[in-house]
This record gives sequence, structure tokens and C-alpha cells, in this order.
Amino acid sequence: MSKILVIAEHLNGKLNPSTARAVSAATAIKAETIDVLVLSDKVDAIAKEAAKIQGISRVFTVERAENAHPLASMLAPQIAKAAANYSHVFVPSTTFGKDVAPRAAALLGVAQISDVMSAEGSHTFKRPIYAGNAIITVEADPSQTVVATIRTASWPTAADNANSAPIEALDLDVALPTHTRFVELKQGKSDRPDLQSASRVVSGGRGVGSKENFEIIYKFADKIGAAVGASRAAVDAGYVPNELQVGQTGKIIAPELYIAIGISGAIQHLTGIKDAGTIVAINKDAEAPIFEVADIGLVGDLFKLIPELEQAIG
Amino acid sequence: MKILVGYKRVVDYNVRIQVKPDGTGVVTDGVKLSANPFDDIALEEALRLREKGVAEEVVVVGIGPADLTAHLRNGLAMGANRAIHVVTSDIVQPLTAARVLLKLIEKELPGLVIMGKQAIDDDANQTGQMLAALWDRPQATFASKIEIADGKVTVTREVDAGLEVLQADLPAVITTDLRLNEPRFIKLPDIMKAKSKPIDTIELASLSVDAHDQLKTTHYTAPGKRSKGVMVKDASELVSVLKQKGLL
Repeated sequence: MSKILVIAEHLNGKLNPSTARAVSAATAIKAETIDVLVLSDKVDAIAKEAAKIQGISRVFTVERAENAHPLASMLAPQIAKAAANYSHVFVPSTTFGKDVAPRAAALLGVAQISDVMSAEGSHTFKRPIYAGNAIITVEADPSQTVVATIRTASWPTAADNANSAPIEALDLDVALPTHTRFVELKQGKSDRPDLQSASRVVSGGRGVGSKENFEIIYKFADKIGAAVGASRAAVDAGYVPNELQVGQTGKIIAPELYIAIGISGAIQHLTGIKDAGTIVAINKDAEAPIFEVADIGLVGDLFKLIPELEQAIG
Repeated sequence: MKILVGYKRVVDYNVRIQVKPDGTGVVTDGVKLSANPFDDIALEEALRLREKGVAEEVVVVGIGPADLTAHLRNGLAMGANRAIHVVTSDIVQPLTAARVLLKLIEKELPGLVIMGKQAIDDDANQTGQMLAALWDRPQATFASKIEIADGKVTVTREVDAGLEVLQADLPAVITTDLRLNEPRFIKLPDIMKAKSKPIDTIELASLSVDAHDQLKTTHYTAPGKRSKGVMVKDASELVSVLKQKGLL
């Protein structure tokens, strides 16, 4: 029977919803236990949130000053040590998970499965390659620990408040390196819904034309309570900060409603939105590739159409 | 300082990949191959560090079949001093690649290793991190800015929450994000010059690396197609369709 350790992702004392998505992937495998590991300098609030996630058995915490920031070189040796009692280690496939999981896997001397979309069995998984243009089925060696990152867009958030798992401090006794130091995190301030967990997302592309023009996208998103995303072209042109990029090299999202405005729909962008419930494309070019994947398309000038949309919504 | 750059050859990013009908792989025969875009960025950054006087030598490393040599010549034409070609006809997974690179590091003793954050074929995003772990050195993934001074590197990283800055002692492994730089174009005279630059070839088998592939790929499938969409004529029709679906 599988014993699965899920590594909690958190920031500023708050658990990231990606953790509960990784738990969903763990519950898809018939597991004997699913435990969550919280590594932080202040574990209490995060552990309490984690303990509520449905399906988990225990929350283990490691409270150390070195865990104040998610530095892979600090966290990976602790994850590798904690993994000794488990058949599987699952980490969300966010920038946090992508950074730390391969380092932990290498310390364990095992291969890693990136971006797990579905579990066919305890050691058989599906994952995308070639920007999502092919899906492969991979089998891990059952004699080794499975280290996997979980593609958050493919898994629902496990319910919380339905559980109160016991919380235990873990003494790992791991010596940590001093060669890497956190300097700062520059965060874009936003009251809008989080791009990766929002049920509605409005994205703008090169067609928006300028940083100033992007206000029209923000305003429309606020009107319908959506998060804001962008294509690589819009980020490269400096219209919006990089953390809004949706696509193969940015965020992969699966909102119920995705509205692409002024985005042509390069393969790399489509990779990021393939699992969206309903895709709406608004573009002045009727030949734009985005219309090939859109459920609903509207051809026209976005500067004329967005005010009309706002009016029609009422 | 010497900089080692990982330089993988992949199916060109503009190619629309096709899965073979029997599910045994993707069609790669006759398909255009190019440098992994993130590796071009890695090489460009290494060349800029050399131009600033931070590094003296830039070495590109590729792992792959005999004809990979031609690909490595592109890296030399872009400006690398020399190339190392680790020859194997097998598909090399990230852990094996990291083990191979570690062997080369033990011989070359670079001050810095720069690699792409992911290869656009397997989309694994693992090799740099695995190498840093095996080498027991710092890693800075998803780099969008690199500054080196006094044996330390300060890296700005593109993370989901924004931009993270970290400082690490050298040697270290850095993986590149798209916004780190704009790679230069290769000029014709440089292609001629590259022909006389050295390429070392080493058989992977001679490195005594465990090249056993731990993950077995059993099947390839095309992704599920979305059903054909509809076009609406104006904004009010779009809003009414979305309201009907309960999305607004």
C-alpha cells in the first residue's frame, strides 16, 4: 500500500491552494496514509490550515529559521530525509515545486515525474510533453520512491474544514548548507483573485497595445470578478508583470471561464489554457489560431467590444 | 572562470508535433531540429559574462547521437570557445543527464553552470536542479537577471509570487527563464570560424554513469480535442450565451 507525503506550499504564513490540489492527486491512488509536511520558520498557522484538508492522515512540521524562505537547497535535504518512510512524495507543480522536487529526487537517487495529470495506478501516471501536444503514460519503478510534481490545473482542490488531522513536530536532524541566501521577494500587489485558482480569468495579449491600454482589461476583469492573465507577448512588451503570463513557460490554469482578448493563440499560450471549462476569444483577426480552440469566438475591435460587453452585462 | 552551458537539440518550437497513430512516440523524422530556446538564452548569458570579463571560457555541452556535432557547431558559431559532445544513441532522461554533467564538472571544474529551465520536448524542468543536488552546490532556477561579484552570484528569479532575489556562493547552477536576455543571431563569418573550434567527443558508456532509464514511457496519445466552437456576432450575443451557460 502506498504511503504518500505531500509537501505543503505556503507564503506569508498562508497555505497555498496548490497543496490541496496535490492532496487530490494523492487521494486518487489507493493510499494507506497521506501526510502533509510543512517546512517553515513559523509552522503553526500553516499546519492548522493543512490539517483541515479532507483525506489527509497527519500533518508533520519542521520549524527552523532556515525554512523562512522556500530555498530549494535548504528544503530538499529535509524532504529527502522525511521521504524515507514513504512510497511517494508529491509536490505541487508550481515554481516552488519545480524548484525543490527535482533536487529532492536527485538526493534520493530517483527519477522525477513532472506535471502529473492523472494517476492510472500507484506507479503509472500521465503527463504532457511537447507543450501539451502529446500525453505520455509513464511507469515508475515500484522498488523506488516516486517523486512527482502535480499539475495543479488537472486536479480539483481537496475540500477543507472536513478534517482535523493531528499535527506533529518532526525532528529530521539534517545539516543544511550555508551557500544560498534569500535576499528579497518583490511581489506585485493585487486585490484581484489569484490567477491559478480563479474560476474566471480575463487575459490580454499584444493586441491590447500598451501598458496604459491594459487598464481596460483590468477594469473588465474587475467587473466580472476575474483574475487577470496575459500572453508572453504582452509580458515581453512590458504591458504587465511576468507573474501574469499564462502558457507553457508561465502559469497553466484551468478556470471555468477564460476570456482571451487580443491574443493570437500561439501553441505555447494554448498549453496554458487547454483545461479551461469555456474559452472565449475576442480578436479582430478572424484567422487567429485562438479561434480553433475557442468555444465561443467574437471577431472585432476589442476597444469597441469591451465597453459593449460591460454594458450588456449591466 | 569557466562556464559550462547545457545545449540540447530539440524539435523546433514552431513545429506542430504529431503523435504516431500506434502510440509509440511522436513523429520526428524529417522534422526541423533546433537548439532548445532556453539553452540559447543560457549560452547568450554565458557569452555576455565572458564579454564583461567575468568569465574566460564558455564550453557548450550536448548529449546525443553522432549527428549532434552539427548542432554543437551552432553553439560555437554563436561564440562558445569549445564544445563537448557526449555520444549516445539512447534518449537520456534528466537524472542521467545530471549524472553525465557531474562527471564533466569533475574534470572541467567550472565556476558556473548555466542551463535552460526546461527543454521544450520533454518539458521536465529537472536537469539543472538534479545537477545542483548531485554536485552539492547552490541552484538558482528561472533566472531573469544574473550579477556576479566577489565569488558570489545574485540572481533574480521568476516565481509565481513575483520576483525573488537570492544570493549564492560560486560555483553554482543557474537555469534560465525567457526574460533573461535576447540571444544573438549567428553571423556567416562566425559559422566559418566555428569549423576550426575544438569539439571533444566522449562516449557516454565510457563515463561509467548509470544510464538506466528509471521511468518507462509505455504509451503516447494525442491530447483530447475540444469540440468545435461557435462564433457570435456581437457583444450582447456573447453575454447572453455566457449567461445561459451560467458563466456570468
